[in-house]
Order: sequence, then C-alpha cells, then structure tokens
Amino acid sequence: VPASYAGVYNTYPLIFPGLQSVMELKMFLLVLGLLVGTGSPDMGSSQGKCSESLVQGPQTQENRTHTTHSKKPFPVLSFGYDYVRLPFEISLWVLLASLMKLGFHLMPRLSSIVPESCLLIVVGLLVGGLIKLVGEAPPVLESNIFFLYLLPPIILDAGYFLPIRQFTENLGTILMFAVVGTLWNAFFVGGLLYGVCQLEGHRLVTVDLLSCLLFGSIISAVDPVAVLAVFEEIHINELLHILVFGESLLNDAVTVVLYHLFEEFSSVGTITVTDVLLGIVCFLVVSLGGIVVGAIYGILAAFTSRFTSHTRVIEPLFVFLYSYMAYLSAEVFHLSGIMALIACGAVMRPYVEANISHKSHTTIKYFLKMWSSVSDTLIFIFLGVSTVAGPHEWNWIFVVATLIFCLVARVLGVVGLTFVINKFRIVKLTSKDQFIIAYGGLRGAIAFSLVYLLNTDHFPKRNMFLTAIITVIFFTVFVQGMTIRPLVDLLAVKKKQETKRSINEEIHTQFLDHLLTGIEDICGHYGHHHWKDKLNRFNKKYVKKCLIAGERSKEPQLIAFYHKMEMKQAIELVESGGGSKLPSAMPSTVSMQNIQPKKPPQDRALPQLSKAREEEIRKILRTNLQRTRQRLRSYNRHTLIADPYEDGWNEILIKRKKMKELEKKMNNYLTVPAPPPDSPTIARARLASDPQAWGLKSATESIPSIKVDLASPQSPESVNIVDEIGMKGSQPKVSEEGGGLTMKVPSPTKPRKDQTTDEDNDKEPQQRLMRCLSDPGPAAEEEDEDEPFLH
Amino acid sequence: MGSFQSLPDDHQYRTLSLKTGFSLEQIAILHNRFKQLSQNEETLRRDDLKTIQDLESNPIRYQIIEAFFDRRNFQKDGVGSVEEIGFEEFLTVMSYFRAPAHHITEEQREEIRRAKLRFLFNMHDTDNDGTITLEEYRHVVEELLSRSGALGRETAKGIADAAMLEVASISVGPMAPDEFYEGITFEHFLKILKGIEIETRMHIRFLNMDTAVFCKQHSV
Repeated sequence: VPASYAGVYNTYPLIFPGLQSVMELKMFLLVLGLLVGTGSPDMGSSQGKCSESLVQGPQTQENRTHTTHSKKPFPVLSFGYDYVRLPFEISLWVLLASLMKLGFHLMPRLSSIVPESCLLIVVGLLVGGLIKLVGEAPPVLESNIFFLYLLPPIILDAGYFLPIRQFTENLGTILMFAVVGTLWNAFFVGGLLYGVCQLEGHRLVTVDLLSCLLFGSIISAVDPVAVLAVFEEIHINELLHILVFGESLLNDAVTVVLYHLFEEFSSVGTITVTDVLLGIVCFLVVSLGGIVVGAIYGILAAFTSRFTSHTRVIEPLFVFLYSYMAYLSAEVFHLSGIMALIACGAVMRPYVEANISHKSHTTIKYFLKMWSSVSDTLIFIFLGVSTVAGPHEWNWIFVVATLIFCLVARVLGVVGLTFVINKFRIVKLTSKDQFIIAYGGLRGAIAFSLVYLLNTDHFPKRNMFLTAIITVIFFTVFVQGMTIRPLVDLLAVKKKQETKRSINEEIHTQFLDHLLTGIEDICGHYGHHHWKDKLNRFNKKYVKKCLIAGERSKEPQLIAFYHKMEMKQAIELVESGGGSKLPSAMPSTVSMQNIQPKKPPQDRALPQLSKAREEEIRKILRTNLQRTRQRLRSYNRHTLIADPYEDGWNEILIKRKKMKELEKKMNNYLTVPAPPPDSPTIARARLASDPQAWGLKSATESIPSIKVDLASPQSPESVNIVDEIGMKGSQPKVSEEGGGLTMKVPSPTKPRKDQTTDEDNDKEPQQRLMRCLSDPGPAAEEEDEDEPFLH
Repeated sequence: MGSFQSLPDDHQYRTLSLKTGFSLEQIAILHNRFKQLSQNEETLRRDDLKTIQDLESNPIRYQIIEAFFDRRNFQKDGVGSVEEIGFEEFLTVMSYFRAPAHHITEEQREEIRRAKLRFLFNMHDTDNDGTITLEEYRHVVEELLSRSGALGRETAKGIADAAMLEVASISVGPMAPDEFYEGITFEHFLKILKGIEIETRMHIRFLNMDTAVFCKQHSV
C-alpha cells in the first residue's frame, strides 16, 4: 500500500494544474492512494502475513494461531484488514465519489464548461488507470449492483418529484417517443448494423441478425441517469425537460421486452410471427404490470402513512421501503422495475404528503436527493473505471457504424414522430424543440450494464459490443453533454421560467379547469377535462377518505394553497415585527383599506405586504407548491400555526439571534427601559399600534385566534426584554401581559403558544415554538433532533 | 336517436364558419348538440342547459350558464343578458374555446388572448361596470369553494382579499392609505394573468365528438 503513494505523488501536479489548493490535492491523492491500494484484491489475504493475523475476525482459523510458536510478545497493534474489507472499500468508493463532487464545485470555472458527468467519468478513468498501473484488475460495474443498488434511488427521486401535471398533459407525446421511437431506433440500428456486418466480411460476418437486433435494442434506449445529469444543469423549459426525461423513463419497458425477447431467441436462432405477437403482449404485460405493482405498493404506503402520527420518526422509512419493494417485486416477475418505481412514487405522493409531518417530508426529500446524487456519481465513476477494466475488442468499422447509425436513427426518429405528433398537439413542437429532443437522447450506464449481462457463449462478440457501447456512451455524454449548453443558448431555446405562482393564477387555474369541464359537458363531449374532473371527484370522495388521516382529507387545493401563503406572510410578519432589520414600519403599499370600500375596521384581516416580502413569499411558495401542509385543526386564517419551511424558519432563527444580540447590547446601556429609536420594540409597537396592520376578526370561541393588543410605545413589553434576558430559563411573562403580538388559544387543550420574538433563551422558546410549529408527535417534548437539524 | 331536421343550407354554415372560425364539420356537430339541448327548437333557454346532468357537480355552473346568455360575449357590442339564444350565439360563445391556429402572428395571438381573457372577465364582472370589485371577486372564490361548506365560505373571503391585494400591488404599486382601489380593470386583469398561457389552455378539442352522446337518451 505505501508504495503507491510515492509514485502517485510525483505525477499528479503535472496532470492537474487546475487544482487550486494544496489541501484539495492532498485530499485527492490520499483517497486515490487508499483506493488504489484497496481496490487491488487480495491485499489483505491472510496467507502473506501470518504474524499479523493474530487479531483477525472470528473467521480466521484458530488452528493457525494455535500452532504458531510459543511465546510471542503480545501484539499491541496489529493489522486485520479482511474483517472490514468489504464495507471499507464500499465506503471508500462512496467517499471518493462525494469528494470528487465536492471538488468539482470548488472549481467553478471547470464545472461551468464541463458537465459533472463528464468530469466523473474522467476521474473514473484515472482511478481505473491507476489501479491498472499498480498491476491489479480494476473493479467493474457489476450489473446486479447497478440494477439493485445504484439505479433505484435515482429513479425513485425522479418519480417522487415528477411534475404530474406536465407529465399527464404530454403523456401521449411521451409515449410515442418512448415506445415507437425506441422500437424504431432498435430496428434501424440493429438492421443496418447487420447489413454492415455482412458486408464487412471476415471478422464480422459471424454476427447474426438477432445479435445485432439485441445490440440495437440495448443501445437505443435513452438513459434517464445521463439525461438527468445533463439536463439538470441547463435549466431548459419544462416541456422539453419532461418530454426527454419522460421518454427515458418509459422506454424501460420497451427495452426490457426487446432485451428478453432477443436474448431468449438468440439461442434458438429464429423468430416467428407468434413470437412477435407474444412480444407485443409481453410489452403490455411488462409495462402495465409494472405500473400496477407500483400503484399497489404506492397505495399501501399511503395507507400506512395514515397511521404514523405517533411514530413520526420512521415515516420516511416507509416511503423508501415500499418503493424499493415495488421495484424488487417488479423485477422478480421481469416486469419493468423503473415503471413500478415511478408509479409507486407518483401514486403515493399526494396522500403521503398529506399525512406525514413536515420534518419527515424534508427528510424524504433530502435523503432521496442525497442517495440519487451519490448513486449518480458512483455510476459515472464506475463507468470510467470499467472502461479501463473491461475486456475490449476494438473494431473500427463496427464502432463507427454504430455511432453513426445511432445518431442518424435518433434524428430521423424524432423528426418523423414529431411530424405525426404535431397533428394532435395544440402546442406544437418547433424544430428547435425537435433538435433539443434529438440532441438530448443520451445513452448511459443502463445500456452498459445490459451488455455486461450478456452471456459470452451466446454472444461471442460481446466484447465488441461492449466497446461499441462505451464509445457511444462516451460520445453522447462528452460531446453532446458538453455542447448542449452552448447550443441551448445559441438557439435561444426557452429556459425554465421562474414561475411566480400567484394566488390569482391559482384561482384562475382552478376556475379554468371547472369552466372547461363545464363547456365540455355542454358540448356533450367527454374529453380530457371531463375525465380528469371525474377522476378528481372520485379521488376526493373515496380515495382521500381512505388514505389521508383526519381532517386533511377534505381540504380543497385552493384553501391549502392559500393557507400556505398565509403562513408565509405570518412568518414574515412576525420576524419583521421583531426583527432588528426593520428601520421603518411597513412601507406603504397596498393595504386592505385601499380595497375595502369604507367598511368598519373589524373586517380588516390581512397585514400589509411589502413588495420584497411578497417576493420572498412567492419564492418560498413556488418551491413548496406541490405539498399541502396543513397543521390546523380549523381553517381560520388567524390561527398562526406556521409551518416551518426550512427557509422561513432559518431566517426566523437568524433574525431572532441577531435581535437577541442587539438586545444584549441594549441591555448594557439601559437601566431604564427606554428603547432607542430603531429598536425592535418601536418597530413592533408601531406595528401593533397601527390598526390596519393586524385586524381583529370576530372569532368564534372554538376557533383559536390571535388577539392583538394594541400596545403603546412605552408598553410593558419593553420591560420584558430586559427582564427576560436577565431571567434565563424562566417563563416568559409576555403572554401574561399580552403585550404586542401574542397568540392566545382559547381552547384549554392547546398549550400556550408564543410567537413573540423576544424569547429569553433559545431552548425554551424554541421548544414552545416547536410545539406549535411542528406536529404534536411524541418527540415534541425532547426536540433534540431538531436543533442539529435546523442549523 | 338524434333525428336531423332539414339541414340548414350550406350558405348559413359558411357564414358561421367565417365568423367563428369553426370548420363546417364542427359546426354540424355543434348544431346537432344544440338541437339536442333545445329539444329541436330554434332557441335555447337557461333551463335547457340546467338539465345537463354532468353540470350538476360543477361548482361554477351558474356562471357558465350565464356566460351563454350574456350579450357581451356575442361580439356585437351589446350589454345585458337575454333569455334565450339562437344557434349563432351558441356558436359564438363556443368559439372562445377554440384553439389558436398554429401559424399565426404575434398580434393575432395577442388578440386571441385578449378575447379569451375578456370572456373570463365578463364572467366575473357580473354588474358590467368594467371592473371586478371586491364583492364580485369574493363571489367568484366562494363559488369555487362552494363544495367545502362553511369552511370554504370564510376562507373564501380571505383568499379573495389576498388576491385583490396582489392585483392592486402589481398593477398600481404603492398606494397611500387613503387611496381606494376600485376594482380590477380589464387591463389589470390582463396583467396578472400574463403567466397563464391562456390561448393554449383555454380550449376544447371540438373535433372528436362522441357520437354515442347523441344516441343517448337525454333527459326531457
């Protein structure tokens, strides 16, 4: 192991002049060195080092240690590598992958030109090269590791966050591309390759038609991993993104069927018409079966999540487990695992999200992103390593022919299909769109793994296939991946819009849905909207009742949206009301009185919104739009139970901390509680004394409401600041005096919830805030899990 | 079975086609539907539309039905509402839901957008004063949420208020406390709904009509 260090150390500064910091370099080298050392197998074999084998795992033969000679000095330190070998190596690989990812983002120049996937493949090549230099055989991307461990997280991540609305709107187009496009590609490439092989003569003539067709079917599938990796970075408009991405997901069924079909019959040698028919039936079974399996598991997951209100901590686990089981179950029957996973994620999401706590939701999101990111990185690195490792057989004609045919097939396929599709679409696909779709058809690791699975007996030319596929993958990922970004800019393709989802748009979207359904009914036309409406009603009436716990099952989408927005406003208001940043009172924009026609003040409800705050609200809304978060028992807007979306919450914390610091400073100067001009007290008081800012609504008794007491500038609350800072850990008395902005809950069961921002110390008010801000789960009292999480 | 009466002459269809932009085939289909709804009479009344069963579950059915009888939608510069409409008016209202043709210029697209948004605006502006006041908007939201019971009613007010605030702050900007925002004018309406691509979203595919519907026994 130590030997490799020295050699590596010398060569690196030459190879990577771009690495800026020495620290990075050292880190890189260290990990590489370790990897090279451990990547070579049999390093820790017990035979070579009998003296070191004393403190090994329980597996080592005790005989040997017994027969070793009589009196050796007791080994204080020994080397027992076999014991931890496997997990050690896995962790090291994952660590390398993560460090690489880290490294790339520290070099912004590089990562803006070259997509991450390319860089990772290069790293893989380097590592593979190093391992080979040392003389060992580099590890190859085993197909079952790939399909069972590396692929599912990526697909689940994609499926769970699939934008359903765009997906279903374009489903016809996507299916056309996925099914017909892939079939066309497969047969075109396979057939032409066969022709080339026959023409070529001596070396290639042994490749029969079925092998070629099999090869064609493997290579024709657009790869979701590669597409995601590249498209994530170019921020293309949603339509194109969903088209290419959706295609890459749905073509899995076609690939599976074709692969199995050709593989089965390659041993036999011929295919009859019955086989073709069976193939079609098989396709339907595979795709629909996969979807059904996924849907079943999705419903199970949704149902389970209904009862998890007492065990919030393991909620994410259910989501992951059910999805993984769906994938594995589908794979058992040779159904399309990818479609099962997508179906499971998409089906369970609306119900699960209605049931689980916010923290669980965040956990799910971050875990999925983390796993898929690691998987993605590992896949590309291994692709590089396997390229170095894999047995290659280079045949110029075959490889070049493959490449050309793939490109040509893709272009022809897209153009031809778009011509047909545009007849049925309202929003037609322009030629720019077609170019991007064709150009975005990247191949990736799935194709590689599928070839790797081929049996060399039936396919003597497997190595040649492998070489060809790797070439195509490299070409698509490097050339197409790198150039797509400047091309997108050059062609001025529409980019992803920063959608400002306003409440007006939301209202009108719903309105339009109902309007169009109504018009369809008047026309007597059972169209798209009619069925969608029927499905929604069925969903609302039966399904939601089963799968969503409690009150939330009845909540209409518009209300959910509005409450989310309100909470944002409320968070903003609270933090600004107590925040040290606020110089003057709310800048005067439109307030309720501007739109209310001379009504008495009691109906005034909403706080003033400044433009900047509205922007923030919209931004947060946009990122959180899909979820419906509703913690309230009743739907009164005054009940200020805010959902701590991570952004808003962190900001509150930061501002609160700042304010506390400010208060501490103040405390040094003040003996008498006379607040300095721009103190938070004044701001809050100004706010509180402004009758327009917070309105009182006549609340019924059962509904928790905010009671706002209009405090004068010299309110007792200013005393409270000093008091509370002095008395750490004691009960804040603000709620008793009711100064400033308090929230009282008349119902006796609910604990007092303080939203005042002048809390004494972090822990106590945080806990109280926690209790009102998060779900009343069993962990409400000991919120230890929160603090590290929220930092 | 939908029994065809004497087919109106092609000339009439052609003028309608020119006026509304539907193809002759689509006009024929819609005419059949019109006859079915009006029970083979020449004019259609509100009650005829109310008999459509599928509309029962639609929360905004009254607004939709009203839109058919609103003179502002007939493109003849009329105001007010009528009691019964003929086929031409029916078709004119339906034409608001046609998809825009593929190759049109930007101005044509803009015009189509305006026309469709005008239709929506008219649906909200029930008293025809050119603005959507707070009350009217509240009514809109209440209707949308009318299926949620009392729950919806209270929140509807809040939602409508928030929406008005948003429109005001987008269209007018900062306002002094004593200024009063009358209501959403058509220009403001255009502005706030810029994000929704109305010309492509507000459409129905008229071509593939279910002939089975015409064979269905409709409620008398």
